[in-house]
Amino acid sequence: MKRKQVTIDGNEAAAYVAHKTNEVCAIYPITPSSNMGEWADEWSALGIKNIWGTVPHVIEMQSEGGAAGAVHGALQTGALTSTFTASQGLLLMIPNMFKIAGELTSTVFHVSARTIATHALSIFGDHSDVMAVRSTGFALLAAGNVQEVMDMALIAQASTLKARIPFIHFFEGFRISHEVQKIEQLSEDDMRALINDDLIIEHRKRGLNPNNPVLRGTAQNPDVFFQAREIVNPFYEATPQIVQETMDEFAKIVGRKYKLFEYEGAKDAERVIVIMGSGADTVHETVDYLTGKGEKVGILKVHLYRPFSMKHFIDELPKTVNKIAVLDRTKEPGSTGEPLYLDVMNAFLELVGADKMPKIVGGRYGLSSKEFTPGMVKGVFDSLKKDKPLNHFTIGINDDVSKKSLEYDKDLSIHKENMFRGMFYGLGADGTVGANKNSIKIIGETTDFYAQGYFVYDSKKSGSMTVSHLRFGEDPIRSPYLINRANFVACHQFEFLETQDVFRHIEPKGTFLLNAPYSTEQIWDKLPLKIQEQIIEKELKVYVIDALKVAKQTGMGVRINTIMQTCFFAISGVLPKDEAIKSIKQYIKKTYGKKGEEIVAKNYKAVDESLANLHRLEIPSKATSEIMEHPVVPEAAPDFVKDVTAKIISGYGDDLPVSSFSVDGTWPTGTTQWEKRNIASEIPVWDPNICIQCNKCAFVCPHGVIRPKVYYNDLLTKAPDTFKSTKVKGREWEDGEVYTLQVAPEDCTGCGMCIEACPVKDKTDTKRKAINMEPQLPLRKSEKENWDFFLSLPEVKRDRIKHDNVKGSQLLQPLFEFSGACTGCGETPYVKLASQMFGDRMIIANATGCSSIYGGNLPTTPWTKNSDGRGPTWSNSLFEDNAEFGLGFRLTIDKHMENAKELLIILKQKIGSELVNEILNADQSNEKGIFEQRERIEKLNKTLSGFVSSEAKQLLSISDNLVKKSVWIMGGDGWAYDIGYGGLDHVFASGRNVNILVLDTEVYSNTGGQSSKSTPLGAVAKFAAAGKPTGKKDLGMMAMNYGNVYVAQIAMGASDVQTAKAFQEAESYNGPSMIIAYSHCIAHGINMQYGLDQQKAAVESGHWILYRYDPRRRDSDKNPLQIDSKAPSIPLADYIYKETRYKMLTKSMPERAKKLLHEAEEFVKQRWNKYQEMAKTSAQSQA
Amino acid sequence: MSLKTKYLGFDLENPLVPSASPLSRDIDSAKQLEDAGAPALVMYSLFEEEIYHEDAELDHYLSHGSESFSESLSYFPDHHELISGPDEYLEQIRRLKENLDIPIIASLNGVSLGGWTEKAKLIEKAGADALELNVYYLPTEAKQSGTEVKNIYIDILKTVKENISIPVAMKIGYAFSALPSFSQRIEEAGANALVLFNRFYQPDINLEKLEVEPSLSLSDSDEIRLPLRWIAVLRKQLQLSLGATSGVHTAQDVLKLTMAGADVTFMTSVLLKHGPKHITKLKQELHQWMEEHEYESLDQMRGCMSMENVNDPGAFMRANYIKTLKEYQHNI
Repeated sequence: MKRKQVTIDGNEAAAYVAHKTNEVCAIYPITPSSNMGEWADEWSALGIKNIWGTVPHVIEMQSEGGAAGAVHGALQTGALTSTFTASQGLLLMIPNMFKIAGELTSTVFHVSARTIATHALSIFGDHSDVMAVRSTGFALLAAGNVQEVMDMALIAQASTLKARIPFIHFFEGFRISHEVQKIEQLSEDDMRALINDDLIIEHRKRGLNPNNPVLRGTAQNPDVFFQAREIVNPFYEATPQIVQETMDEFAKIVGRKYKLFEYEGAKDAERVIVIMGSGADTVHETVDYLTGKGEKVGILKVHLYRPFSMKHFIDELPKTVNKIAVLDRTKEPGSTGEPLYLDVMNAFLELVGADKMPKIVGGRYGLSSKEFTPGMVKGVFDSLKKDKPLNHFTIGINDDVSKKSLEYDKDLSIHKENMFRGMFYGLGADGTVGANKNSIKIIGETTDFYAQGYFVYDSKKSGSMTVSHLRFGEDPIRSPYLINRANFVACHQFEFLETQDVFRHIEPKGTFLLNAPYSTEQIWDKLPLKIQEQIIEKELKVYVIDALKVAKQTGMGVRINTIMQTCFFAISGVLPKDEAIKSIKQYIKKTYGKKGEEIVAKNYKAVDESLANLHRLEIPSKATSEIMEHPVVPEAAPDFVKDVTAKIISGYGDDLPVSSFSVDGTWPTGTTQWEKRNIASEIPVWDPNICIQCNKCAFVCPHGVIRPKVYYNDLLTKAPDTFKSTKVKGREWEDGEVYTLQVAPEDCTGCGMCIEACPVKDKTDTKRKAINMEPQLPLRKSEKENWDFFLSLPEVKRDRIKHDNVKGSQLLQPLFEFSGACTGCGETPYVKLASQMFGDRMIIANATGCSSIYGGNLPTTPWTKNSDGRGPTWSNSLFEDNAEFGLGFRLTIDKHMENAKELLIILKQKIGSELVNEILNADQSNEKGIFEQRERIEKLNKTLSGFVSSEAKQLLSISDNLVKKSVWIMGGDGWAYDIGYGGLDHVFASGRNVNILVLDTEVYSNTGGQSSKSTPLGAVAKFAAAGKPTGKKDLGMMAMNYGNVYVAQIAMGASDVQTAKAFQEAESYNGPSMIIAYSHCIAHGINMQYGLDQQKAAVESGHWILYRYDPRRRDSDKNPLQIDSKAPSIPLADYIYKETRYKMLTKSMPERAKKLLHEAEEFVKQRWNKYQEMAKTSAQSQA
Repeated sequence: MSLKTKYLGFDLENPLVPSASPLSRDIDSAKQLEDAGAPALVMYSLFEEEIYHEDAELDHYLSHGSESFSESLSYFPDHHELISGPDEYLEQIRRLKENLDIPIIASLNGVSLGGWTEKAKLIEKAGADALELNVYYLPTEAKQSGTEVKNIYIDILKTVKENISIPVAMKIGYAFSALPSFSQRIEEAGANALVLFNRFYQPDINLEKLEVEPSLSLSDSDEIRLPLRWIAVLRKQLQLSLGATSGVHTAQDVLKLTMAGADVTFMTSVLLKHGPKHITKLKQELHQWMEEHEYESLDQMRGCMSMENVNDPGAFMRANYIKTLKEYQHNI
């Protein structure tokens, strides 16, 4: 039977089978598995049925722990149930996994295996998560490519029902979960044929049912627990054979044959690599290559890792093997070897014996999706040739510390020459990846070619670069690694030629497609010298198009995806040109047909115009360019930034040796200042004549790139010619002081929020404000000089300024700058404000999410320090534990402060009672007090350094805790409302002095827009595709219930004054305080430039009430609650329908949208009334 | 006593036709209009630019920021079936046709040639009984001549007429030179009716914000003067149906416009203000007036005060202006 060919990624392949073969899915988003849950949810939302004709229930839970609990419950009551997760998520499921396995419950968890956070978080793939659940009793079944994912998903499902052992079906995150491959789709008949319905009935019968009551989950004692635990052994012993039989049955139905362990290679192989997961394909491909050259090598692929069948393993290996390298994609520090290695060793010891067994070595590879290439495979085989091959080795890195790494040939390429290997450099915003995914589908679905696509993304959320790796060919593609020899390279953004080594992997006589904003005649002279030289040297065929011009002409705006895709098909020769164009148009119709005929028409036009504007470049014989390469970071950068950070920025991080890094995951702060990204096409330019010096622009700037300063005009003598300043406004300033508003031209993202915040207009030309956007390029050089000069001017003394207002706060130096957050981010202005007000004594616990990514993702990070070397110190523990993590900071500070005070009293005589009394009685309620206390502690430390007593040394090590520190616990709504709420609630109850900042985007932004309990009624999000049917959780009200928690709900765009006040009050409150900050977000589907307008509309419509609840007000017999916003003055619809998250429901389910709008209006009204009532009651009743 | 009239080839019970308004967005309110005696219903307008803009905007924001960062490759669930503006409109035509018995006149509003033909065909297919073309073109370029502007209207009308067979009404604004000649061109191009005049919203300036803001105000009876004059002028010169719109609030307004020559009198503001039942009231008032003045039918009075039929045709021309001014001066 011919099955449908589909071009999909691993996540979709797994989700497809899971959705077809289950009744319930309980899920929680985590990269890179989120998409599996999203697929399942979406299919159920569309009414797609499983193979038994019913639509599975999909429910999003508050955490993976919650998902595992719900899965356990659903299984215990007899539903076929599944879940999808990875990494920390899988760890949170462990307690339930022990239970599920202990109760012999059939289920399959689909895991896109991801690195577990250790010294750092990583979203990428390896086996550290699945290896951490070995002892749960789950079977572990590995898939090595997208086809195998679909097949193993079904084999796991059929096997678990037979074996009663629960299964984890796993495949590497990103490398397989996100790799797009053309595969054969299993049919529903295939699934029905493999899954025995009688076993499902048995599964259901085992479920808890009051009609047949039983007890499960007893508490057992030493007398019986052990025996009762051992009773499962026969099930584990039987499982491998059950899986093999299922695989054999699968082969009969589908045709593809699998084994628990599969050997490939020379029949008389002497050297063999044992491996599981995607690396097996790389080894297989390399084994084919090496055996072709006469080498006696082979590979043993592991599919069923647990239960590990030693017999099947030994039987599968050729008897000729005398050396084995076992490769583990995980690290188990302190063990005698990694898990698979130990299993292999033990299998030989038990079944073959120490004297007869081959030489076996173990090694680690590919942690966190580190590339695993044929060169590395050959390196391992070569090492095995040695008499004493290195054991416990690593491959793929340069370990110059432990000397454990093997040498390998980085340039080895074993591809077939007839295979298309293309690399495409694009911007996230230009649609390159989408177009490439489209091309793969076109080629995959309209030809007999095999197709593969893998996409590498940037670590920044704004102005991010993408590199697409596409392979097409007549032969199956078994290359799960990046292209290292491309016969086609496309550069979709001209400026990459100066910042990226786009020709690093292009082979001689390759084809190069360039999007350039120049005419064909001009282009050659605009190319950097290095590019010209390589074009000539490698004899490249160069094609050029001004895609942006074509896009503008055809109404495509800045999206050049269709244009570049057309050019690719026109010159790559992968498909006949006419056929390709026809297919592109068919796909355009398919993709955009429902979105309106005009959109289809303009895409068609773009296709036709592309062909007319694509030209081959005549290549001169000599390179003549005067455009040279720029250094990656400025000369002034610190050595670490030059030696390490710069390499990561330029794409050569893989080359850094082990010794480059700190031993404990510690990194310096303040590194974004050295990465000049130049991503803004336009930047704000200040007009001092119009400016009223309100500093609102700086207040709202998400990236800390627009800054005011007041300084004495005598400092202007060395100012660059174009540096601007004007007389400072305000009585608080002295004669001779002047004001400058300066923009960091190379760090600005061009979001335009500052322009929107500017309240003044030119009286004679109302389109002009006090700041106006102008093209960056002509200003880059001069403004860079101005910025450098601006930085050299002294900061305004902190005690001269009022901190709790907009104007004053912006004269404080931001200690959070140039983050990689989305252009126009709604969160970062709040984060930056906190850093300005309290940064020099701030310690931050940051929940995993957007803020931990723009705050801590390499290569460069935005938290920085002032000229005294002080600044925020920051750490991210996990997603779920952030409140507790931050509380831990407070506990240390409080304990050390208490201890320091005790020691001060002990040492009072020696130190001097005057100083001790001053320190102990210091008033640190304002900047001046804190400054003075710092001076006292410096004096104290000087004194202490002369003492030798143990007490003095102890005091010296903790004396800095006598200066007030500011503990901040930050995170998004996914953390605060959902996964971290339990801990957050406990921190409220603790009464400790911590400051909690909830950056509320009302959705899981970082993982791509999943619904949280903060998501408002009627908003569409993933897992709430039909609009969220329930109202937003009132987190503030819950905290206020404690009575002793300071709570503020703020929205900068609605009231910057209230925002500044709330920060000051929250921090000064000696107890738990929480600020819930409305943060507009790209996941709302809005023009981010107008994010502040949306904040204002949210408040005016009553959706977002501004308030402050300050328990201190009770002392003066006032109601702690103050409502800071007015009664709703605009219809809710006027606010919500400016956002795609609401609007799209009117286009997908118009009637439901109306209903939800009505309910939301009612919800908003009632909430407003509730708050009004509460604010009016007496102070006593608010106790 | 008969209020009957003919418009776009339909025999209507009366001339009190609700024109494009939000009342047709909702089946219940549309049904109320019918129950109140509306003889036909002009649907809310399908705004060409707005739809295009909405579709493009939705498409943009659904994919905005996608495929840029590895953890968030998209931000919204992939709705396979998004109803674009026209689909929603076409669906509403079907629903109105299902629920109402009176003729449903769809309304297309826009300025450019592209897309109209296709949409007009879809509107016809969806079951609309007729189509009102509401071309809104505001020439702001000094280089563009009046003839060029008028040609845009004619071209759109011709293209639409070539592609559909249901009757087409052309609704225009008043800012045209040589309106009779232009009206004739519209008739020659195939229009089955001419509706006078489109009531455009005029922008306002916000002095505090220094911003131009749209200003929405409902019409009043004074505004019937403009259509009244031009219907009176055009009535005998054209064969097509004439619809009067802008400021129709009272039975007197209807009577005046009918006497000037209008076949139907369209209403929006008054219905938004008083609700669908106002039609019943107007009908009663018409009956009452006609009884008091011994008219048997509206047909009897239709055009009786058109320029051709009055003693002093000059009253509809410039003399009218002078006379008014004189009286005004006399009064002060």
